[in-house]
Amino acid sequence: MGNKILVLLEQRNGQIKKASLEAVKTAYDLSSKLSCESEAIVIGNEIENLESIGNYGISKVIHYKNSDLLNYSPSAYSKIFIEYAKETGASIIIIPNTSLGKDIAPRIAAKLDAGLAMDCISLDIQNNEIIASRPIYAGKVLLDVKLNSAVKIFTLRPNVFTAAIVSESKAEIIGVNVDNPDLSTKVVEIKKSEGKLDVAEAEIIVSGGRGMKGAEHFNLVEELAKLLGAASGASRAVVDAGWRPHSEQVGQTGKTVSPTLYIALGISGAIQHLAGMRSSKYIVAVNKDKDAPIFQIADYGIVGDIFEIVPAMIEEIKKIKS
Amino acid sequence: MKIAVCVSHVPDTAAKINITGDGKGIDQTGVTYVVNPYDEFAIEEALKTKEKSGGDTVAVSLGGEANKETLRKALAMGIDNAVLLKDDSYRDSLSVAKALAEEIKTQNAELVFFGKQSVDFDNSVVGQMAAELLGYNCISVVVDFKLEGNKVIAEREIEGGKEVVETSLPAIITAQKGLNEPRYASLKGIMAAKKKVIEEKPVATTANFVDVVTMKRPAPKQAGKIVGTDATAVPELIRLLHEEAKVI
Repeated sequence: MGNKILVLLEQRNGQIKKASLEAVKTAYDLSSKLSCESEAIVIGNEIENLESIGNYGISKVIHYKNSDLLNYSPSAYSKIFIEYAKETGASIIIIPNTSLGKDIAPRIAAKLDAGLAMDCISLDIQNNEIIASRPIYAGKVLLDVKLNSAVKIFTLRPNVFTAAIVSESKAEIIGVNVDNPDLSTKVVEIKKSEGKLDVAEAEIIVSGGRGMKGAEHFNLVEELAKLLGAASGASRAVVDAGWRPHSEQVGQTGKTVSPTLYIALGISGAIQHLAGMRSSKYIVAVNKDKDAPIFQIADYGIVGDIFEIVPAMIEEIKKIKS
Repeated sequence: MKIAVCVSHVPDTAAKINITGDGKGIDQTGVTYVVNPYDEFAIEEALKTKEKSGGDTVAVSLGGEANKETLRKALAMGIDNAVLLKDDSYRDSLSVAKALAEEIKTQNAELVFFGKQSVDFDNSVVGQMAAELLGYNCISVVVDFKLEGNKVIAEREIEGGKEVVETSLPAIITAQKGLNEPRYASLKGIMAAKKKVIEEKPVATTANFVDVVTMKRPAPKQAGKIVGTDATAVPELIRLLHEEAKVI
């Protein structure tokens, strides 16, 4: 029996997230290589510009709709997805490895008795089988796995797969109204951190470590981050010291990130921190200790006093931006 | 109420991880194992819940003899009983979840805490899987937890904020750092834990769907250039980022 790929699109407030487009394009590539069909499913209420999914290579989208489904409900979303996956005979399921994806993928795997590879950074085909590569031990090791179950589920690390446009085309949208969704577990409120970008989603991250010498100096990190449209991050040492919230922690007991640019300020580079950010495309380190391990993985480094260098960086970037 | 907490025994996050010659596993030489860091938050929340709402607590771990160390730590922190599901074989996440779900059922636990992920294979899935297998409700990556009668109100971390989620018992909660401050085991607790019997049980084998093809080290990153040693290097650094790397 041939394969069939099903992609879970994630919407927040009626907007399709970028990680979903990455998943669509990846499914398109797989479907070309495996010569099989692919389709996408989205659960929510009204969704903007859903047809544009067609540009990324999937021409059919099933849209499950109900005003109670605007926010995530683990119980309702997983039930709807599982039912449709069964009905359509999906054998390969692709889900973005976002907070929602990480929550729902294991539920789907358990119910479909399916193998699951989380947080994949590449999907290769060998002998008509998918080999998924995923970082383990927070990136200290890369594990290649093969799933031997009838249904196979892969979640994709955001910012790693590209969301390139395949061709200008509109996807066919099949709308389905959901009656009485199972809201036994549901989101009743979303508390946004005011105006802040999350390290897990940001293209650029500016992180501070113990070298910042105190919570009161993190305004420098934040100012540089704001100027670059970046998220501010932190090392474990400063989170444990209570200088920064845990949501900003990068590393093995925080978040594993792969931004385009990672700027490490006063971070020496403990093994568990490096594991969480080494896959960043470009790494800049500023540290007064020339032997700090962070310099071993940095593309560009300045050995020196952050309190002189960061203000100079801010000035210099302002010049470029103006 | 019976409260269970599922714990795993993992290499210390400060450990250097080496791969065995066959590329299929981790070289155990010199690797120190600890309670999975996220499980400490799970243990603490189980204890806090018991202190507030009463009940009985049990820690469950799947693995080899060495996992008893982690179970002892849970007992030393104040967990009442401990069960080791003894199994030294490789299991994928779903297979682990099936074994744990079976034991949760046997224990008749209404509220179960897990760490949000084990810091070895980093899947972050076993809690949600066990919940589905049991038909329990589940909230993952929780940084705030309240139990009001049968009702659960929790906050879970998402990109750029938190979701407030409501559900009801029976439920599985997976703990994120920030949920609480795990207590230190008291000397009295440590002594008492030594005397407690850890119940050992065999586990049924179930199919593994995830085959390990190979483990490898990530490609080494080349150390780049040191642009300078004081603020005069900044214009060159910014030029490189702007013109060479084209990232700003």
